[in-house]
Amino acid sequence: MKKVFERIYLAIILIFMYAPIVTLIILSFNSSKSRAKWGGFTLKWYTRLFSDQAVASALVNTLLIAVLATIFSTIIGTITCIAMIGLNSKLRSVIMGITNIPMINADIVTGISLMLLFRFLHLGSGFTTILLAHITFNIPFVMLSVMPRVKSLNFYVYEAALDLGATPLYAFRKTMLPDIMPGVVSGALMAFTMSLDDFIITYFTKGSGFETLSTLIYNEVKRGIQPEIYALSAIIFVVVLSLLMIIYRSPNNKVKEK
Amino acid sequence: MKLFKNRQSAFLMASPYIAWAVIFIVVPLAMVIYYGVTDNSGALTFENIARISESGYLKALYRSILLAFISTLICFLLAYPLGMILSSMKLTRNTYLVTLFILPMWMNFLLRTLTWMTLLEGKGVINTILEFLHLPTINIINTSGAIVLGMVYNFLPFMILPIYNSLSRIDDNIINAARDLGADSLQTFLRITLPLSVPGIISGITMVFIPALTTFAISTMLGGSKILLIGNIIEQQFTQVYDWHLGSGLSIVLMIFILLNMIIESVSDKEGGIF
Repeated sequence: MKKVFERIYLAIILIFMYAPIVTLIILSFNSSKSRAKWGGFTLKWYTRLFSDQAVASALVNTLLIAVLATIFSTIIGTITCIAMIGLNSKLRSVIMGITNIPMINADIVTGISLMLLFRFLHLGSGFTTILLAHITFNIPFVMLSVMPRVKSLNFYVYEAALDLGATPLYAFRKTMLPDIMPGVVSGALMAFTMSLDDFIITYFTKGSGFETLSTLIYNEVKRGIQPEIYALSAIIFVVVLSLLMIIYRSPNNKVKEK
Repeated sequence: MKLFKNRQSAFLMASPYIAWAVIFIVVPLAMVIYYGVTDNSGALTFENIARISESGYLKALYRSILLAFISTLICFLLAYPLGMILSSMKLTRNTYLVTLFILPMWMNFLLRTLTWMTLLEGKGVINTILEFLHLPTINIINTSGAIVLGMVYNFLPFMILPIYNSLSRIDDNIINAARDLGADSLQTFLRITLPLSVPGIISGITMVFIPALTTFAISTMLGGSKILLIGNIIEQQFTQVYDWHLGSGLSIVLMIFILLNMIIESVSDKEGGIF
C-alpha cells in the first residue's frame, strides 16, 4: 500500500514537471497560431525558426560565450585550486570568502555590479562584457568542484616522480592531473550549463543590439509569444535530454555531485 | 611537502585569479555600495537606502519576501517526501529517476516560465481543456498566485537535489540501530532522519529563497506589469529610469536581507536543527 502511494506521488510530481514541457512540444507542431485550438500538424514553425537570422546569431553567441567562458574559467579555477595548497591558511580563507560572493549574492546584484564596472571602464557592452561576466560567475563553480579533489591528493607521489627525475610539468601531468580530472570535468560541465542557462547577469551586461538565446526569448515574450519559440523550446529540450543521457551513460560520471 | 619551492611561487600561481577576483568581484560590489550611499553630486547620503521606506518600494519588498517564503515552503513540502522516496529506492534504477526530477533545471529558465504563460492565459491551454470538460475556468495569470506557481516550477529541482543528496547519504545502519533501540518510525524520522538532512534542507532553502526573493523575470512574465517585486523595481532603475544611485541603494537593502538569511541559516545549522 505504501509503495502505491509512493508511486502515485512520484507520478504526480513528474506530471507537474513535464506536462508543461510536453504541451509546448505539442504546440510547436500546431499549424494554428492560436494556443487554444489544434489546427493540424505542421513543421512550418521549425522551418521559420531555422531561417530566422536573429535566432541563429543568438544561438551562435550563446554557444560561443558558453564554450569560451567554460575554457577560461576551468583553467583559471583549476590552477588557483592547486596554488591554494601552497598558500597560508589566512590568505586561503580570504580567497575562498571572495569566491563565495557571486554564489551567495543575488544574480541581479552581481549583474548590476558588473554593469557599473563595465560602464566605468568604458568597455562598451556586448560579447566581451558578457564573456568577462560569465567567466567571473563560472570560476566559483569550477573551484567548488575541483577543490575537494585537490585536497585529497597524495603529494608524495608527485615528490617521488620528481626524485626519479621527472620535470615538474611531467610529474604534474602524470601524478596529479589524472586524480583531479573528474573534478575538473564536472566543474567544466557545471560552468557550461550555468553559462547556457544564465539570463539575469547577461541581461545587465549585454548592452543593446547584442542578444543571446535567453535575452532573445525575454524580448520575444514581452512582444508576444510566437510559435517559433515553441519549436525552439522543443529542440532545446531534446538536446538537453540527449546530452544528459550521454553523460549519465558514460562511466565514472560525477555530474550529480553538485 | 615541496609542491612549491616557497610561498611566493604559490602566490604567483594564484595571483591571476586574485587579480581577477578583485577586479570583477570586489570592485564591482564596492561600486554598488558607493553608488548606493552617494547622490548625483557625489556627496555622501543615506537617502537612497532610506527610500525603501516609501510605500511603493516597501510594498514590493514585503511582497517579494512573502512570495519567496511561500514558494520556498511549497518547494520544501513537495521535495522532502520526494527525496525520501527516491533515497529509499534501490540505487541502480534511481540514478535515471533522480536525473528525471532534476532535468528541467537544465532547460532554459525563461522557456520554463514561458510555458506557464501559455498554460495559464485567459484563452490558454488549461482553460481550453476546462471549458471542453464544462468546468469553470481559472483566471490566475497576472496574479501573485501565478508568480508563486512560476517560482515553484522553476526552483523545485534546486530543492530536490540537495535534500535527496543529504538523505541518500544517511547510513542505513543508523536508522536500523534506532529501530532496534525501540524507536517507532515517527521517532526515527524526527530524531534521526530529519536532523541528519538539515544541511540539505538549508542549502535547498538558500537555493530557492534567494533567487525567488530577487527575481524580476518571473514576475514580469507571469505577474503582468502590475505586480512589482523588489527585483522589478531595481531592474527598472537600471534599464528605464537610469537612477543608478537609487537602484544601488535598493540593492544594498536586498543584500542586507540575503546576509540576514545566511546568518539565520548558519545559526540554525550550528544548533543542529531548524525545527
